[in-house]
Amino acid sequence: MSPSLPPAPGAAHAADAPVAEAPAAYAVPQDVRLWDIFVTFLFIGAISFGGGVVAYLRASLVLKKGWLDEEHFLSALEIAQALPGLNATNMSIIVGDRLRGIAGAIVAFTGMTLPGGSMVLALGVAYAANAHNPYVNAALVGVGAAAVGMLSAVTLQIGHKQLGQMLNVAIIAATVLMVSFLHISLVWVLLTVGPVAVFLFRPRKDDAGTGEGETS
Amino acid sequence: MNENLSVLGVFSLLSILAVGGGAAVLPETKALVVETHHWLNDDQFRDIYGLGQVVPGPNMLMVIVIGYHVTGFLGALMAFVGFFLPAGAISWAASRVWDHFEGSPWRRSLQQGLAPLVVGLMASGTISIARTAIDGRLTIIIAFAVFAGVYCVKKINPALLVLGGGLVGLALLSGTGAGMPPP
Repeated sequence: MSPSLPPAPGAAHAADAPVAEAPAAYAVPQDVRLWDIFVTFLFIGAISFGGGVVAYLRASLVLKKGWLDEEHFLSALEIAQALPGLNATNMSIIVGDRLRGIAGAIVAFTGMTLPGGSMVLALGVAYAANAHNPYVNAALVGVGAAAVGMLSAVTLQIGHKQLGQMLNVAIIAATVLMVSFLHISLVWVLLTVGPVAVFLFRPRKDDAGTGEGETS
Repeated sequence: MNENLSVLGVFSLLSILAVGGGAAVLPETKALVVETHHWLNDDQFRDIYGLGQVVPGPNMLMVIVIGYHVTGFLGALMAFVGFFLPAGAISWAASRVWDHFEGSPWRRSLQQGLAPLVVGLMASGTISIARTAIDGRLTIIIAFAVFAGVYCVKKINPALLVLGGGLVGLALLSGTGAGMPPP
């Protein structure tokens, strides 16, 4: 592929031979510039707070830019959530890759992490230099307590629709028991609870009508 | 032993274990960083997690600060690369083959099975921060206020609530020696 070629309007689908495996039905925009991808994700990375990044991604990528439709946004989100890594950075990599290949993935990831990463590093350097300042410590006690409130709210927001089903509650309880109270290593929790949970939700022949979207 | 390499190793491991996102890997991060390697104590871990909350983007960018505490700027880079490269590479590769499994009923089983596991891990992440962060009546009040704000008032910017918690702490706790490292 030669990214330097200007896109030929109307002829985009004629040159399908060298494209590795772009699914045929996928209407990926053909002429998105790397700079545009970078700036878009930089903006999302600079304004998204507190785990609500999915809403910002959707507003920007689907509604504002039109780079993905709702269905493909949800499919990318599904991948991002099922795989290791953070939803925000996984989404940037997946969407960047679909728009412009690996270069798109790299600029999208860089944009997503640059604002928060540089700011947290600056704060971290300042924190290390002021570790014995009583004002800094008092403020951070307040921030830590607030973080607990926020984490519990986000956990409940994501988990509340599962709390009505006994099987889900049992898996949640088993996980919390193993991690927080028995202090079993996450590797073993994932390797034991994971397969059991997937097996308990295994495909069934009479499974036709129970579908609700899991993506929050 | 080279500490930079062990930072890289620890965060690479956490990267591939981070199924379900940042909050899900929080208890394991704390276990490795505080209990196994003694890079930070409980209070420092809580403080650095708090720093991650007040900046935009993913909270887990705070791994940069953990790396900085171990070996300075090179450690910060090692933590960043370690935490984001393995999972990023997996996502990149998997998203290219994922569409081949379109329509497989196991895809939904995977999602349905992992969903409660992730909620459980997030709850454990909350517990692991709460064990150090909740200490005294004022911290309980702050946590409940932020919980109510985030859960009930959808339109509010959570970072403002977290900063508000910091201001309340600053105003009411700064004379008490709260959060100070032991002499």
